Amino acid sequence: MADHPKRAFPAITQANHHFWCGGKDGSLHILRCGDCGHWIHPYAARCPACRSAEIAPQPVSGRATVVGFTVNHQQWQPDFEVPYVVAIVELEEQSDIRLMTNMPRTPIEDVKVGMPVKVCFEQHGEIFCPLFEAA
Amino acid sequence: MIHYAEKNTAISGIGQSQIERKPTMLPFELAVRACEQAIADAGLRPEDIDGAACWPPVPAGAVTGIGAAGIADISNSLNLKLNWWSGADSAAQLSPIMEAVAAIAAGYATHVLCWRALGERSAPSYTTSGGGGWVPTGGMEWMVPYQAPSASIWIACHASTHMTRYGITREQLGAIAINQRRNAGLNPKAIYRDPITMDDYLTARMVTTPFSLLDCDVPCNGTTAVIVSRLDAARDLRNPPIVLEAMGARSHNKMGSWLGRTDYPHQAMHDAAAAMWTRTDLTTKHVDSAHIYDGFSWLVLSWLEALGFCAEGESGAFVEGGSRIALEGELPMNTNGGQLSEGRMHGLGHLYEAMLQLRGLAGERQLKKELNVSLVANGGGDVAGALLLRRDG
Ligand SMILES: [Zn+2]
Repeated sequence: MADHPKRAFPAITQANHHFWCGGKDGSLHILRCGDCGHWIHPYAARCPACRSAEIAPQPVSGRATVVGFTVNHQQWQPDFEVPYVVAIVELEEQSDIRLMTNMPRTPIEDVKVGMPVKVCFEQHGEIFCPLFEAA
Repeated sequence: MIHYAEKNTAISGIGQSQIERKPTMLPFELAVRACEQAIADAGLRPEDIDGAACWPPVPAGAVTGIGAAGIADISNSLNLKLNWWSGADSAAQLSPIMEAVAAIAAGYATHVLCWRALGERSAPSYTTSGGGGWVPTGGMEWMVPYQAPSASIWIACHASTHMTRYGITREQLGAIAINQRRNAGLNPKAIYRDPITMDDYLTARMVTTPFSLLDCDVPCNGTTAVIVSRLDAARDLRNPPIVLEAMGARSHNKMGSWLGRTDYPHQAMHDAAAAMWTRTDLTTKHVDSAHIYDGFSWLVLSWLEALGFCAEGESGAFVEGGSRIALEGELPMNTNGGQLSEGRMHGLGHLYEAMLQLRGLAGERQLKKELNVSLVANGGGDVAGALLLRRDG
């Protein structure tokens, strides 16, 4: 297994399993309304666009755009290798489906606001942590 | 105008402990002292206090710095006889004030003791506590796994989007820290008082871009307390009451999410500011001093735009050079040095300073002009509250 930082993951539940564990099949999974097609993240029990209860995870393209990022230099945890990038990406499917992420496979100096990126995964047991890299 | 309940309330008493970088006593003791001071300042006795509110309501015995005195801790220490209390989150750091207004309007209480107790310097830090044991929930679930255990990282991402979009520079951002340090030089309670130059600012150790150490507030131990009273009762007390002219908090866009708003990098503060202005005939032009949350310097820029002191994207130019926000400027800001220099008294420190200025008790840093209206704006990310204070009459 690749060398990667210890991450503080949430408890895996029925509500978040698709996001944290869904990458096993190579795709990022996001909840989607079966009636109007609206993407929903984080979890909600009714579609905010049409109030439908028909909500289920679906794979997305994994393509996204960096809308903001920070290069962190502070050693918050002994095993975090600094500096590292924390970025906010907007999924191609819907602009308010925005994820915080890391980009360990992209050189720090290459990270720019507006750059296209694609999803990749880092396995921690049953969890496939979604990360992004230059597209 | 519709009757808004906050206009029938006032701040009648204020208290604040010493602000400690190096702890000399239990944070809980500092909290009790601040509460005793606020009650005495109002000319009240503990038995006159019938309501209490604090946020977050972390008990004194908890091993965390974000709170140091819960409602029961203070109530039992001062032998209060409470008819009403709240530890609710409704307006970020200003939640206790908003809760108190509602309780007074409902007739549950007449004099509400509100406090914010910090014990950051007596608690383990992220590093020594081994944050690997943290199992994030709620909004944290989507951020903490990404090596992002600190709000500095979350807010730095907002700042990156905003500053890139509008071409705001680090020199412009630096004007906030430099001006506040100058103010702190006139504040004996401030933790950091030595002046800093732009060169000091630009060469300071980077925490997470664009924030260096000088863009991040200073964790401390200490408590601020205020008494919110029904206005007619406040008028019978020893200080001229300072009236709550308008107060706002709203959540209309992806509650609980730091990054899911449709208008990202806008935050809850944009909702709170809009809500506050709907409840008053006053405008930005009436504000004599501004006390704006500066957990991170960039939050001040975001608040200035949210509140309408300048247009979207123009906050960098607004603060550039620092003269507009200086003690002599048209909008004196964070006159005590703010959290960046005085210490992270977490919001109620801003309220305390606004009260000192309105009462003319700010010592060497007292503004020279006549003050009638002061603004207190608190919060960042998914929480916010905004408050306008004015002199009575
Ligand atoms: Zn729908």
